[in-house]
This record gives sequence, C-alpha cells and structure tokens, in this order.
Amino acid sequence: MNASALVPLPVVLPLFGAGLALAFGRSARAQRIVSVVVLALMVVIAAVLLVRADADGPQVTHVGGWHAPIGISLVADRLSALMLLVSVFVALCVLVYSLSQGLVEYGPDTPLSIYHPTFLILVAGVANAFLSGDLFNLYVGFEILLAASYVLLTLGGTADRIRAGSTYVVVSLASSIVFLTALALVYAATGTVSMAQLAGRLDDLPDGVALLLQLMLLTAFAIKAAVFPLSAWLPDSYPTAPAPVTAVFAGLLTKVGVYAIIRTQTLLFPDSELSDVLLWAALLTMVLGILGAVAQDDLKRMLSFTLVSHIGYMVFGVALATDDGLSGAIYYVVHHIVIQTNLFLVAGLIERRGGSTSLERLGGLARLSPVLALLFFVPAMNLAGIPPFSGFLGKLGLMQAGVDDGGWLAYVLVAGSVVTSLLTLYAMAKAWNRAFWQPPATEPDGSAGPRTDLHRKPRRTDAQVLTGKAAVVMRAGMAGPAAALLTVGVALTVFAGPLIGLTDRAAADLRERTPYIEAVLPGGAP
Amino acid sequence: MSTNLVLVAVVGVLFAAGVYLLLERSLTRVLVGVILIGNGVNALFLVASGPAGRAPIVGLNDVDDMSDPLPQAMVLTAIVITLGVTAFLLAMAYRAGQLNGNDDVQDDVEDASIRRRAERDEVSSSYDDSAGGTMDEEGADEPSVLQPVVQPGPDGEPAPVGPEGEQR
Repeated sequence: MNASALVPLPVVLPLFGAGLALAFGRSARAQRIVSVVVLALMVVIAAVLLVRADADGPQVTHVGGWHAPIGISLVADRLSALMLLVSVFVALCVLVYSLSQGLVEYGPDTPLSIYHPTFLILVAGVANAFLSGDLFNLYVGFEILLAASYVLLTLGGTADRIRAGSTYVVVSLASSIVFLTALALVYAATGTVSMAQLAGRLDDLPDGVALLLQLMLLTAFAIKAAVFPLSAWLPDSYPTAPAPVTAVFAGLLTKVGVYAIIRTQTLLFPDSELSDVLLWAALLTMVLGILGAVAQDDLKRMLSFTLVSHIGYMVFGVALATDDGLSGAIYYVVHHIVIQTNLFLVAGLIERRGGSTSLERLGGLARLSPVLALLFFVPAMNLAGIPPFSGFLGKLGLMQAGVDDGGWLAYVLVAGSVVTSLLTLYAMAKAWNRAFWQPPATEPDGSAGPRTDLHRKPRRTDAQVLTGKAAVVMRAGMAGPAAALLTVGVALTVFAGPLIGLTDRAAADLRERTPYIEAVLPGGAP
Repeated sequence: MSTNLVLVAVVGVLFAAGVYLLLERSLTRVLVGVILIGNGVNALFLVASGPAGRAPIVGLNDVDDMSDPLPQAMVLTAIVITLGVTAFLLAMAYRAGQLNGNDDVQDDVEDASIRRRAERDEVSSSYDDSAGGTMDEEGADEPSVLQPVVQPGPDGEPAPVGPEGEQR
C-alpha cells in the first residue's frame, strides 16, 4: 500500500466534514457524529502517516498531478506527521469535551450550529500548515486556521469577546500581511515558493537579501507563535473565549507558528546569522512571560502567560541549531501541546464547578471535588517540570543541548530556563493553593477588597442547569477528555525512550535536509 | 530584468498609507488600511512576476512571450482571502459599534486593573495575614515609617476603595 495517497486526507476530510456539518446544521446529533467520526479518522490516518514516514522516509503527494516546483506538494515527514498526530488527537479530545460543555451551557435543544463546522475548518487549516511543502500553501493554511479562529474567538459576539477579538484579528492580520509580503519578495528573488527548491536557491542569493527574507518570515511566524516582543496580544485575547476554544488555540495555533519557525530555520536558512537574536528572544519570552503569569489573578490569564513563557523553550531549542537542541524542541512541542491544552480544559472544569476562574473567588475545590484536584495537579506539576514528568525530560534535554553548545549565551539561557521552571512551579503552586487548598471564599459582598472581575458575570455552574444523573453524565463527558489528555501526558514520560528516539531521527532529518528535498524533488532541483 | 518603476512606487504609497491607517484605533480605519496594504502586496506580486507578457495559455502563445502565471494564481488566492477577512472585520466593527457606540479597539480591562493594584501596592483579598508573619516581622523594624502610609480600615484591612474608585 502506498501511504502517500493518504497525505491529502487530513486536509480534505475535515473540510468535507465541515460542509457536511453545516448541511446538518439543524440536527445537533448529526453534527456531533460527523465531527467526532472525522477527527477519529484523522487520528488513524495521522498515525499511519507517522509510522510510514518513520519507516520509509517522507511521504509526498503532488496535488492535481502538477509536480513539485510548480504545483502544490503536501509532504509528511517525521516532524510533520508527529505534529499532525498530536494536534489531531488533542483536537479530538477538545471536541468531545465541548460536546458536553455545549450541552451544559446551552441545553440539549439549542445547538450552536456554527461551532462544529468552524472547528473542523480550523483543524483543516492546521493540517494544511503542517503538511504544506511550499510557502504559499503554508500561508493559505495559516489563513484557513486564522479565519476559523476569528469566528471561534468571537463566538456569540459578547462585548468581552468582541474586545478580545479585535485585538486578535488586527494582530493576526498584521502578521499575515508581513508573511504575504515576504512571499512576494521570496518569489521576486528566487522565482519559486517550493520549500525544497528554495533550499537550494536561497544559498545563491546575496547575504543581505537572504537575511531580509529570513527576518520577514521569522517576524511573521514569531507573531503567530507569540515570541517576545511579539507576544502581548495572546494573554489579552485568549482568556475570554469559551474554555474548549481557548484550549484548542493554546494547544495548536501557537505551535503551528513554532513548527513554521522550525521548518524555515532548518530547511531554508540552515546557517542562520540570527541564532543569537533568537536566543535572546527565547530568553526574554521565557522570563518575561512567566513574570506575567505570576502577577495574574485569573487562572485562564495565568495559563495564557505560561503558554507564552514556554514557547521560549521551543525557540531556545531551535536557536541552538544542533541535533540535540532540535530534538529537545520537538519533544517539548509535543509535551506542551498536550499539557497546555489539558490545563485549559481543566480551567474550564474549574469554571463549571466553582462558577469562576478568578483565584479571588475560588477556594476549597480539593474537598469539593478531589477528581478535579487530581486533574489539575498532575498537568500543573508536569508543566512546572517536576522530575518524573515529561516537562522535566523536555527541559532537561534542552538544557543539556544548551550546555553542550558551550557559548556564554547558551549558559545564560540554561540559567533562564531554570528560573522560568521554578517560577512556573511558583505560579502553579499559587493557583493550587488558592483554588484548591484554601477555605472557600465567603460570599463576596463587594467590601472584602477590590474585585477585579466586576465586568465578568459569574457563569452558571452545572449544578444549576442540570441536576441528578444528567449532571453526572455531563461532568464525566468533560472530565473524560481531560483525563485522557492527562494519561497521554503521563505516557509521554513512560514512552519517552521511543519518542525521543523518534524526535532524534526527525531532528537529524531536518538538519541533513536531503531526505526532504529528495522526496519532493526526486530528480534534484532544476 | 526590467522592473516597472511606476508599479514599485504604487506599492510603496499603498503600503505607507496602509500602515498609517493600521495604526489607528478605529476598526473601520484599520480595515481600510488592510485593504490598501492587501492591494499593495498584490501589486508587489506583479512586480515579482517580471515584465507583462501574453496570456499564459499553452498553444495560444509562444512560451517565451508569456507572463509568469504563478504569481497571478497567488494574487487571485490573496484577493479571495482579503475579501473574506474584510467581510469578517466589517461585521466585527459593526458589532463593536452596536455594543459600544464606537468601533475602537479597546484596552484590556484586566491589565489595567492589575496595574492599578500594583500602583496602590495592594495584596490580593485572599492574602492571609497570619501566614504572612515573616513579612510583618521584616516591616516591624520601622513601624513608624510604615504606619502613616497605609491607613488600616475599621476591620484591620486596608481602607476599602469604594466602587467609584473602581470605575474607569
């Protein structure tokens, strides 16, 4: 069986499913079945692609029979397939979670008919970005997922979400414009946008021109990935969205930016002059991001800041430009997609149970709901990098790569990542203490100190909407996916050996460049 | 390769005007800025495609006379994307106008509130005085300096700031 026939499916299937879900807009049940089936199929396909890409090298499809330098090629190499598998799995978990939440929030009879199609289109965009073999298709993938994310972020059109949405949309538009301009300049300079062909042609350009192109592409991707100083939009815009939307954004969207940085840095600009700049950006992203998290009073905002902060680890690994650094970065991306999504889902559960995500209002959840406490505790410790967990392994790998590098800046980065890790632990411990351990806050009467969340009405808790058995079922439907992600997070530790073996091979491929180029352009670049 | 200088100048003007509008607060102006820059990028693709030639249809024209079809395909894609995004932005600006009476991009409330609290040097309301014993001991060296700064309220908490102080 030739696996390359499967390569377009992760893009085509969700688009098809989105159309189907839209057609079934009146039947919530049909919509649910379509989306779950589509995403489950995608998980299987992505797994097959990963196995084949690992065994036989990159799987390539030339869409429409137009071959590589001219037509659009979709490529699933080890990195793409791994990212695709993790992303689609996470998306599936979030979707299952949102099924139950949607029932709780809107009741079983009033489906939000736009949610499922948009979610599937978002996944299609993510898959397209991961599989794309040329820069312009990467741009299209970005636009697909961004357009879907605009809709998801402003779902319902409440004042809060419109405010958050306008920041997000304007910033995303700016990054898209930079990217598109870079594409025009790349084409003007080299006459191609196929990445495999660009890899050869960019070497022949004058240094200044290549540097300009690299800077523009990096800027565009750094905005998407929320790398400091281009990260300020993220904590402003993510927390107001519904919990599943925030979770899927946190897990996937920034990581697509990180993926694009990895791909372009390794394939197009292997001898980067910007390594030091990237190292500084990584350091500032880590430290400033986590300092922001420490200052927050709202759990979702705190998590958004840790998200920004930990992007720094990935950029650190990429900037080192060694096999170990890249491998560490890829492992960290996988770990972070799972853990960060998990934490946001749990934040949604906390909002359900406690009626708020503000740490001012929460309290006593450990006694109220021990399961919820466990669901929060494990990923929180994982994120902070407590030894048995994958967060520790990822950070350790990156630090070792930094020490091996030996430069003073690399040592500064290692120190910075230790500090960031400790501060993450501090932020997580603070959230844990205040939401779970301290006695529940007394009924807020307005005089008990300044309230920061006056503009945010407390949500209805599930107990107020559904009672008895139905509430239990709904809660299980939401806790189940969170527990599944938690299990995968732990599995990342248990199966760290094979996984790191895989990321090592992926990193070696990326550094070598030839497997990718030869798979896309079998006869060599014209 | 010869380049069309007029086209390059048009690209520059469109970008400059677009960036200026993009920096405005009103969403409608941002939208116009995006449209201008979008057209600027499209013109830039035309610059990138080299001198204009005949229609790139095999069999109709000689290959050497054809213009490069690839950038044209990209421009078409970009136009469609800009159209979609424009529609969304318009809808969002309209909704913002409905809600606020204007379509300005607003500051984040939460950021502002945290900054205010930092300026007033407040602790969060869940901060436990008995757990903060070490802090008190450190401060106990110079109580006379600390006392006048924070006037304790009737129940030992910092004087409550009324709701009027919270309003923006």
